[in-house]
Amino acid sequence: MLRNIFLALGAALLVSPAWASDLVTDFTLKNGMEVVVIEDHRAPVVMHMVWYRAGSADEKPGVSGVAHFLEHLLFKGTDKMESGEFSATVAANGGRDNAFTSKDYTAYFQRIAADRLELMMSMEADRMVNIRLSEGDISTERDVIIEERNQRVENNPGALFREQMGAAQYYNHRYGVPIIGWRHEMEKLSLQDSLDFYERFYAPNNAILVVAGDVEPEDVKALANEYYGVLPANSRLLQRERVTEPPQTSARRMTFSDARVSQPYVTRSYLAPERNPGDQEEAAALTLLAEVLGGAQTSVLNQKLQFDRKQAVYSGAWYNGTSLDETTFNLTVAPVPGVSLQEAEDALDEVIAEFLETGVDPDQLDRIKMQLRASQIYARDDVERLANRYGRALTSGLKVPDIQEWPELLQGITGEEIILAARSVFDRKRSVTGWLMTEGEVLK
Amino acid sequence: MIRFVYVIVSFLVALPAMAEIKIEEVTSPGGIKAWLVDEPSIPFVALEVRFKGGTSLDASGKRGVTNLMVGLLEEGAGEYDAQAFARASESLAAQFGYDSHADAVSISARFLNENRDEAIELLRLSLTQPSFAQQAVDRVRQQVLSGIRSNSKDPDKIAGNRFDALVYGDHPYGSDDSGTISSVTALTREDIMNAHAGAMAKDRVYIAAVGDIRSAEFGLLLDDLLGGLPDTGADMPEKAEFVWSGGVDVVEFDTPQSVAVFGQPGIHRDDPDFFAAYLLNTVLGGGGFESRLMTEVREKRGLTYGVYSYLVLRDLANLYLGSVASANDRISEAIDVIRAEWARISEKGVSEQELTNAKALLTGAYPLRFDGNGSIAKIMVGMQMDAMPIDYIDTRNDKVNIVTLEDVNRVAGELLDPAALKFVIVGKPEGI
Repeated sequence: MLRNIFLALGAALLVSPAWASDLVTDFTLKNGMEVVVIEDHRAPVVMHMVWYRAGSADEKPGVSGVAHFLEHLLFKGTDKMESGEFSATVAANGGRDNAFTSKDYTAYFQRIAADRLELMMSMEADRMVNIRLSEGDISTERDVIIEERNQRVENNPGALFREQMGAAQYYNHRYGVPIIGWRHEMEKLSLQDSLDFYERFYAPNNAILVVAGDVEPEDVKALANEYYGVLPANSRLLQRERVTEPPQTSARRMTFSDARVSQPYVTRSYLAPERNPGDQEEAAALTLLAEVLGGAQTSVLNQKLQFDRKQAVYSGAWYNGTSLDETTFNLTVAPVPGVSLQEAEDALDEVIAEFLETGVDPDQLDRIKMQLRASQIYARDDVERLANRYGRALTSGLKVPDIQEWPELLQGITGEEIILAARSVFDRKRSVTGWLMTEGEVLK
Repeated sequence: MIRFVYVIVSFLVALPAMAEIKIEEVTSPGGIKAWLVDEPSIPFVALEVRFKGGTSLDASGKRGVTNLMVGLLEEGAGEYDAQAFARASESLAAQFGYDSHADAVSISARFLNENRDEAIELLRLSLTQPSFAQQAVDRVRQQVLSGIRSNSKDPDKIAGNRFDALVYGDHPYGSDDSGTISSVTALTREDIMNAHAGAMAKDRVYIAAVGDIRSAEFGLLLDDLLGGLPDTGADMPEKAEFVWSGGVDVVEFDTPQSVAVFGQPGIHRDDPDFFAAYLLNTVLGGGGFESRLMTEVREKRGLTYGVYSYLVLRDLANLYLGSVASANDRISEAIDVIRAEWARISEKGVSEQELTNAKALLTGAYPLRFDGNGSIAKIMVGMQMDAMPIDYIDTRNDKVNIVTLEDVNRVAGELLDPAALKFVIVGKPEGI
């Protein structure tokens, strides 16, 4: 078998791009449900995931948090199962299950012995179409998600600040609304709000099955046909029509003070293009830009701000292009004691300006590309991460070939393309700059 | 000179749902022992190296020195300064992680076959010849101090540190191993070098590797990597004595959700009742959504997002701990429910069905842990540190399965002590 020959080639794989696609089989069921199978036969374990193309950015105005609320409610009953029976059954079979919600997707998963895959499919297919909720489920679980918000956001000044920054970044798009929801809207989420979201988005033709682990693609196909293939497609499923941002023409600045802050920092987000099917070059350049600026010990921000100028205790740059709509590119500097946030921000601006003039250090770019090639090998030790990568990409509007071409695309990006992408994205008018401060701190 | 590598092979052929994990015990020509799984399907090796003792070896008045020392291992070694060391490891795409906790200094490394020798040489330098250059010391010290300041305003950290301080007193377990602003500020380069010599020696090293490497090659690698370490290090710390009292301790902190840590004395891994206690805890608060605590506190009452209990097995003490977080006006009810569940399971035990489910979960979930080279290496090094036999993996589920309902319910009465259950709450709890 080709796969096994490939495995035996060992280090030669390092020069063979896109080889990881060899582990992956994908197909579509008759009802439109996509399936991705990722093989890893080292341990008799399987990860079974169903991803819906439905996240917080697909909510209607006024019911923020309903995508995530519904995710919780899917662990309540169906026609066939009592409330809580789903997770109890997974546990009784020695497995673990959970779920997560993001802006562009909601996903459910179980990690379990590979011979229990059929049982997992039968239960997951059941709750795709058969949930039964009561008002009692709603009121208790609403308290749970409010405590979840308390834990993740209200108790964490950095999270409160990021929430405000996000809202300022998007004038019109739902990416400006927190995934967990605004508290005042979460408190009013109703049974009907949840069912509306469920009926609109939960259907096989809006879902992706990802199975990773000790499985054969033919077996997965047969089981998927038996359990998911029989579910009727939702013929009224609408295109995901998201609103778009108007031209952003005004740089935004904000300060956020909280007595619970101990390490102040300055952070800036710029609106940035995302990966699109067949059109990922600029996103690839921005991915490398984030690595060059803030990825590792030898990154530009680290080098200049921590080592040379000694003004920062921490610096970073982030970009995640796997997004359905326009995303952000973020920069952060946490100053050392004695350096003000204004000085930290000025230093950041100077370092970026200098970088745009001098360009990318070719040796650094080579190191980054070497690490990206190696990450293709290390990734095979963790097929669950691979499964997540496919799920996220496919729910963010990408296709399987886009995912498989991505590593090669990254290898081909030049220093000039990175600078070009940086110049295009670093437009202050499309940015939000925020200072996180401890209470009582004086603005200098 | 021919260097001989001794290899003992233990075949662990398996439970039905368990992959065969063939662990070899390798002894290097220089006498360093390690466990290896030769897993050739991916061209890299995951290596775990641990030194027993960890941050509990901090000398008196030098709290935080081991933590700072470990943070400096990758900040320059041999001829390399911090940046040059980073450039070298990035060029090889080798991944080195350096960490410390109360019982060990741990190094996790992943390196490719194609440049294994260069990667090992770099790792060797960082372990045996770190520079601890003053510039690097001052820079990393700033990062540690920033972390200490952040921890001082993080309710979870405040709760954990307060609980440890109350329970362990002056023992190293009783204080945060990052140290304090004043202790870390006062640390000198000499303190750091002493900590390095004390913490990283051959008499306390445990090693495991999984990946594409033969045992003979691995044996030689061990000597290259660790042969330069000193034979002996600092004296091991004393066992921790508890200063125990039940009750509730509140740390006032202005935040909307109270965070609570709770617990009581625990049980040793070598105790014949350990697996009974482990099953008991799975029913009480360790079994995910199905545990009694989750059912009563979250599912029925919506008082929290998560409530858990867990057996904490440390080298120098054993605790039975839990955690919960609820809004300030609801934490009091959550604590009442937890107390009631602690008492109920202590008095009435668990049902046959609950025990069956807990066994199914523990035995079924066990093979799920062995799902990658990195995770298997971590498990194997942990087994050695806990003095488990090399065939432990093969027998572990049997140890779970032979526990009887009588065992669990006897242990429930003996181990659980509702009167000793101590709570530390951080927040503005109402009605406490």
